[in-house]
Amino acid sequence: MSELNKRQDTVIEEFSVFTDWMDKYSYLIDLGKELPPVSEEAKSDQTLIKGCQSKVWLDAELVDGKIKFNADSDAIITKGIIALLVRVMSDLSPEEIMNADLYFIDKIGLHENLSPTRSNGLSSMVKQIKMYALAYHTKLNG
Amino acid sequence: MNFDINKIRNNFPILKETIYNKPLVYFDNAATTQKPQVVLDKLMEVYTKYNANIHRGVHFMSNKATTETENARIIIQQFLNAPNPHEVIFTRGATEGINLVAQSFGEQFVHHGDEIIVSEMEHHSNLVPWQLMAEKRGANLIKWPFTEAGELELPILGKLITSKTRLIAVTHVSNSLGTINPVKEIIELAHQHNVPVLIDGAQAVQHLAVNVQKLDCDFYVFSGHKIYGPTGIGVVYGKEKWLNQMPPYQGGGEMIESVSFEKTTFNQLPYKFEAGTPNYVDTIALAEAIKYVTDLGIENIASYENELLDYGQTKLASIPGLEIVGNARNKASVISFNIKGLHPFDVGMILDKMGIAVRTGTHCTEPVMQHFGISGTVRASFAFYNNKHEIDELYKGLLKVVELFE
Repeated sequence: MSELNKRQDTVIEEFSVFTDWMDKYSYLIDLGKELPPVSEEAKSDQTLIKGCQSKVWLDAELVDGKIKFNADSDAIITKGIIALLVRVMSDLSPEEIMNADLYFIDKIGLHENLSPTRSNGLSSMVKQIKMYALAYHTKLNG
Repeated sequence: MNFDINKIRNNFPILKETIYNKPLVYFDNAATTQKPQVVLDKLMEVYTKYNANIHRGVHFMSNKATTETENARIIIQQFLNAPNPHEVIFTRGATEGINLVAQSFGEQFVHHGDEIIVSEMEHHSNLVPWQLMAEKRGANLIKWPFTEAGELELPILGKLITSKTRLIAVTHVSNSLGTINPVKEIIELAHQHNVPVLIDGAQAVQHLAVNVQKLDCDFYVFSGHKIYGPTGIGVVYGKEKWLNQMPPYQGGGEMIESVSFEKTTFNQLPYKFEAGTPNYVDTIALAEAIKYVTDLGIENIASYENELLDYGQTKLASIPGLEIVGNARNKASVISFNIKGLHPFDVGMILDKMGIAVRTGTHCTEPVMQHFGISGTVRASFAFYNNKHEIDELYKGLLKVVELFE
C-alpha cells in the first residue's frame, strides 16, 4: 500500500469513532488549533486561495524531492480541514500528489457535511495542492 | 394585537422542514424570504390555467394573463401609493432596477465632472451600477460616510451636495446593519438643491409602510423575493417626469411602437422599459404576495418584528464576547454580530448543524466591513413568521458554539 493511502486509511479510522457531528467538528476544531500558523510573510496574495468565505493560505517548498506544505486560515474549522489535507499530502513526491486519488474526503463525510460554498473551498484547496505538485514536477523534469 | 403566529406559520409549508433531523430555524430572511401557500398556488394556477404570452395575443388565455399582469401593476401601484400604474416598471429584481436607472438616467442627465452621492452602507447592488455609470460618463462618485452606530447624518450630506450633484442613491434599510434611514428628510434636503433621489427599498418594503408620494422620492426599487414573492421579479417606481425623459434601457419586443430598418420609435411607459417577454407569471404571483402582506397589515408586521428584534438583541447581547455590529436607534429586524475570537464562518457552520440558518460574510457590503475593520459578521434576520422560541434556539446554539471553540 502506498504511503498516501496508508495516511488516508489512518484518517478514515480516526473519524470512524465519531458517532455524531459534534464530535467530528470538535476534532476538526482541535486540528485547526494545533496546526502551526504560517508566518505573516507567507500570507501573501500569492499563497491565498480564493473561492472560500474564509481566507486560506497555502505555501509549499521542495525538500529532497518531496513537497512540504504549510497552510493557515482565519477560520478554525477551515484550518482543521486544511490541516487534514496537509497531513495526508505533505512530504510526498510531486508525482504522488499529482496522481493522488483522495478517497478519504468522501469516506469521512467532509463533502456531504459541507455546504457548497464550503465544498468549493475544499476543492480549491485540493486543486491548489495539485497545482503546486504540477509546478514542481515541471521544474524537476523540465 | 391580532397576530396569530401559529396560523401564520402554517401558511408557509417550508417552515415544517427538518434540517439534519432538527426543526428548521430560518433566520436568513434578509437574503430571501419564504413563500406562503397562496403565492405557491398562484404560480401553479397561472401555469395550469392561463399560461400564455401577454399583450398582443388575440386569444382568451393571453387576454387573461395580460389582465392579471396589469392588475398586478395596479396592486403594486397601490401598495407603494404611486400616482400612476405606468410609473411601476417590472424588472428582474432590485439590482436590475438600479442598473436600469443608473444607465438610463446617467445617459440623459450625467455628464463629465458631475457627481453622484452614494452612502457608505449601500449593498454592492446600489454601488457598483453607479460606479460603472460614473466611469462611463466621466462623473465622480461621492461617498456619504456613516457614523460608528451605523447611522447616516443629514448635516454631512448637506456638505456633500454641490451644484454638480446629479443624483443621490441611498438604501431605505441597511441589509448588513439593519439601520432604517431617514429617507424622507434625505429627500427633502436633496430636493432643496433640486437633486433627485433613488431609494433602494429591497430591505424595507417587507418591514415598513412605504408611500412614495409622501416620501416624494424620484425612484424606489425593490425585489419580489424579499417580500414573500417569487425570485426573478422586481419593481422600479419612477416619477413620470424622469422616466419620460430617460432613454430605453434594453431593446427588443414590447418596448417598441414601430420598427423599420431606418427608424424605431418607442412605446409609452411603462413598456418602454420592459423589453422582451415580461416575467408575467412571477409578476402575478408577486401581487399575491403583496396582497398577503397587506392583509396581515404592514403596521402589524412592523410591530411584531420590532418585538422580535428587541427580544433578540437583548438575548444575544447577554452572550459573553458577543458584539452587535450596527446599533442605530431605528432598526429593522436584522442583527449583525461577531463573537470575540471566532470567525463568522465558524459560527455559521456550527449553527447550520443545529438546523439554524443564518448568513455569514460581508453581506455584499464590503465597504461596511472595511469601515469597522472586520472580515464579516454573522447575520440573523427575522421575518413575521419567526418567533421567540426560535430566538431562544439561536441563543442556545450560540452558547454551544462558544463552548465548542473554547
